[in-house]
Amino acid sequence: MKKNWPILVVDDEDVMCESMAAWLREDGYRVDTAPNGQKAVELAKATDFAICFVDLKMPGGMDGIETMMEIHRVRSEASVIIITAYATVDTAIQAMKEGAQEYIVKPCNPQEISMLVSRILKLKKLQSENAILRKKLTRQYRHHDVITKNPRMEEILELTQEISSLRSTVLIRGESGTGKELIARAVHFSGNRAEKPFIVVSCAALTETLLESELFGYEKGAFTGANAQSKGKFELADGGTIFLDEIGDISPKLQADLLRVLQERRFYRVGGTEEVQVDVRIIAATNKNLAQEVQQGKFREDLYYRLNVIEIRLPALRERLEDIPLLAEHFVQRISSELGKEVHGISPAALKVLMAHDWPGNVRELENVIERAIVTCRNGMLDEQDFSWLQHAATQQNWEIPDVPLGELERRAIVAALERKHGNVKEASAALGIDRSTLYDKLKRYEITH
Amino acid sequence: MSALYLVAVGNVPDKVLQWITNAAAEWFPMPVKHLAGISIPAAAYDSKRKQYQSVEIMRMLAVNAPPDATRILGVTAVDLSIPMLSFLFGQAQLDGQVAVVSLCRLQQEFYGLPAQDDILRERLTKEVLHEMGHTFGLVHCSAPKCAMSLSTHIGMVDTKSERYCDRCGLQLAQRFASLDGGV
Repeated sequence: MKKNWPILVVDDEDVMCESMAAWLREDGYRVDTAPNGQKAVELAKATDFAICFVDLKMPGGMDGIETMMEIHRVRSEASVIIITAYATVDTAIQAMKEGAQEYIVKPCNPQEISMLVSRILKLKKLQSENAILRKKLTRQYRHHDVITKNPRMEEILELTQEISSLRSTVLIRGESGTGKELIARAVHFSGNRAEKPFIVVSCAALTETLLESELFGYEKGAFTGANAQSKGKFELADGGTIFLDEIGDISPKLQADLLRVLQERRFYRVGGTEEVQVDVRIIAATNKNLAQEVQQGKFREDLYYRLNVIEIRLPALRERLEDIPLLAEHFVQRISSELGKEVHGISPAALKVLMAHDWPGNVRELENVIERAIVTCRNGMLDEQDFSWLQHAATQQNWEIPDVPLGELERRAIVAALERKHGNVKEASAALGIDRSTLYDKLKRYEITH
Repeated sequence: MSALYLVAVGNVPDKVLQWITNAAAEWFPMPVKHLAGISIPAAAYDSKRKQYQSVEIMRMLAVNAPPDATRILGVTAVDLSIPMLSFLFGQAQLDGQVAVVSLCRLQQEFYGLPAQDDILRERLTKEVLHEMGHTFGLVHCSAPKCAMSLSTHIGMVDTKSERYCDRCGLQLAQRFASLDGGV
């Protein structure tokens, strides 16, 4: 039974409804019938009919055109075929103008009807497949605004799904502009806390005392200007998630306070004596190497382990080059629409420029670069010259040489290459334009460990 | 045991009834019985189109169904149609009791050719299998050779074979098994 494609036959003549329904049922369709427009609309509200055969003339009540319009009001995708025994050009034109898919004169040759039905359903099947594929593509490339086809990012997105409904603390590491907050949002909005608040705190933006009152709130009179009790971000995030961005920048005192919240899920407001208990999931982010900070005594080890229950390391944009065209296209579409400027895309030559750039500011930098290019673009397409300043800036940047001995310069270049390639000697030597054995010699000479 | 009843609607040659009886006996596991022929119901005639409404004929067949009838197959020489379609080779109630087939457009004479019994018998057998298949719940089959494939012109009837495809045959066998004791 072709149950996915229900058909409705609307005619005031019982014999017409009955015989047409019987003929279509032989073809495997689920067929409903209605003796008038009102009943047809009622049925259409309950069933998503693929095709509605509607008789043009139905005495008393709605005629075929009115019925079709009402059906379209509740089922805009339904294909309505207007049937008439008396063909006139005017009624045919009117029917088609009002949205009829076809206008047929009865009686029809069975082959004509059979072909018409199969043609309409073939189109509907294609439309439905198209919608499914679009959804799949959307799922593939978009995940809570994260646009990627990079396998490592996809793994991260899968992980965000898996951990979304846990209460475990998450530590997101990544360079500036890699999308740490987007990932935090993806974790929050995919899980069972999605309906609850998602509160963002930028730890680096505030002084120690301000951050303390920002996080934990304060009591009236706690300090000058505290004229009333104020809830902190932890209280505001109760039931939801608090995102502590740039956690590596908080003071030792706040590290201790935060550790207590993580251990006990309770705290005191500044100047308060009453404990406040909250149910908050903590997601922290940093662009620092916290393990190194711990070794250097700058970050509490116990807090580090409390935060680092689930670790997500976001790759830099230069490690996911395949995403640059996808992201660039996305930013072009979004920003051009926001700025109200007609820019339809980005040329292959321009993409080449973007692919060659190192993107120290990562996705955020790419977004800014695209915005600047759209603002200055004179054509409907971003071209190479729209990014010429980017190449120029890169060239200038490369030639800003500090006043240091030549050996030190070489040492720095090697360290930087190794960092960029995550210690991979083969890739670093290729980037430096020397062979591996030469690089090993230099590593020994400059006492560089990697 | 329930039976398949064959009914002539209007004038139908005996040889035609015999062909259908033979085909039905070969394919369907129930006795094939003949009911006395009935006249074509006056209400079925559409004077404008000079054709007969199959729905009216099927209603009449259902009214005259004997108590032990599991299926009733009407056969008529007149041209059948429904309001929406210009003609029908036959019609059936899907998964129901009643079916009707028309000889009219299966005959070579309809196409201006000399009568040929073997062609008529062959086409009729295909349409009987087709409409009876519907009464046992089969819908149109996408295999062009299967008796259950849709025919919207005589060429398509001639393309089909006088048998069901494996898939439809299996479905039918399962249906017969579930009817066991009821037929």
